[in-house]
Amino acid sequence: MGLISNGTTLLDAGAIDSGVPTGAMTLIKTLTASSSGTLSFVDGAASVVLDGTYKEYIFKFYNMHPGTGAAKFRMIASADTGSNYGVATTTTMFEAMQDEGGSNETVRYEDGDDAAQSTSAINISTGVGADADECVSGDLHLFDPASTAFVKHFISTTQFVNNSGTPYCKITRVGGYVNTTSAVDAIQFSFSSGNIDSGVIKMYGIK
Amino acid sequence: MAIISNAVTIADAGAFSLNLGSMVLIKTLTASSSANLAFVNGASSVVLDGTYPTYMFKFINIHPATDDVFFQFNGSDDTSSHAYNITKTTTNFSAEHNEGDSTAQLGYVAGDDLAQATGYQRLFNGVGNDNDGSLSGELFLFSPANTTFVKHFMARVGGHRHSSAALDSYVAGYFNTAAAITALNFQMSSGNIDAGIIKLYGIKAS
Repeated sequence: MGLISNGTTLLDAGAIDSGVPTGAMTLIKTLTASSSGTLSFVDGAASVVLDGTYKEYIFKFYNMHPGTGAAKFRMIASADTGSNYGVATTTTMFEAMQDEGGSNETVRYEDGDDAAQSTSAINISTGVGADADECVSGDLHLFDPASTAFVKHFISTTQFVNNSGTPYCKITRVGGYVNTTSAVDAIQFSFSSGNIDSGVIKMYGIK
Repeated sequence: MAIISNAVTIADAGAFSLNLGSMVLIKTLTASSSANLAFVNGASSVVLDGTYPTYMFKFINIHPATDDVFFQFNGSDDTSSHAYNITKTTTNFSAEHNEGDSTAQLGYVAGDDLAQATGYQRLFNGVGNDNDGSLSGELFLFSPANTTFVKHFMARVGGHRHSSAALDSYVAGYFNTAAAITALNFQMSSGNIDAGIIKLYGIKAS
């Protein structure tokens, strides 16, 4: 049975009609940190979809607060549904910054925080402050993780307060690729030291 | 006829009354040894007019047939012939880091911007055609149907350079015309787009 309103088919055969414009960005999963060592999104686990269903996945970070000052927010990929994390990855990283005193304004490449075929966790920020009101927010786009032909591109932007006597406003841009033709089916987030004291990560699929 | 459930109007006057999302997939084009991929308003179900205030293009694993080429685009303000030759002024900067860790740099790319030029704007410099090499990213085009202002765009593209390096490329600028932009065309600077997908989305105003 179809549902037709004013001559326009809205519903048919149990689905919204293809002529009706619907949202292209689907919330897949929300994870909330509570003194968590890691937050992991694993295809097929806990209702997470991270496969060929979507050609792009977006992770949104909300107020990720480290348990330890100066810890760097990081990501790492898996090609075996989280049994092992650490696929060779190459990235670029640059930052723009200014401190709260109005000094040290600059934009620069962060040579020590990028990755060259690294199998360790990849920095997507530099050191985040752990004062009660300090945190990092931002996003990461992962393209076509299920491809078995190409490397897996990602681009990330994070905005945070850093860990300094005079705090800095910093924005960090990271781009790179997980250098494998195997499907990437799990992504894990953590800080470089200590726990994720609090924060929310939302995962979306883009049609 | 309206459909009302528990005092909530579900559908009325031929449309859903519920919020079905603000980001709408309009068109997907898939390259297969294609010389270009063009999104033309009114053709092949493409909408690129005043329906949405913002349009977003997503590039998924764009793979060139020829090594070390530029991925680039241009716009048209024609309604039928669609010549791609709009005057543009742009900025272009990028970060690069190679797999051997010997090159790590951030800089403005003066050779890849445009100053009141009608040629294609480069979005990515030097994509490789290795079997696993490609680029992905996005481009936003704002208010293409506006007939008062220039048409702004901004793009971020990440990819695998021919020199086995990651490149994070940022391009922004404007079509310097008050005419409506009616089409965008994407291509490689040389050779075909061997494979890849470009998706066009509209972002609702409300």
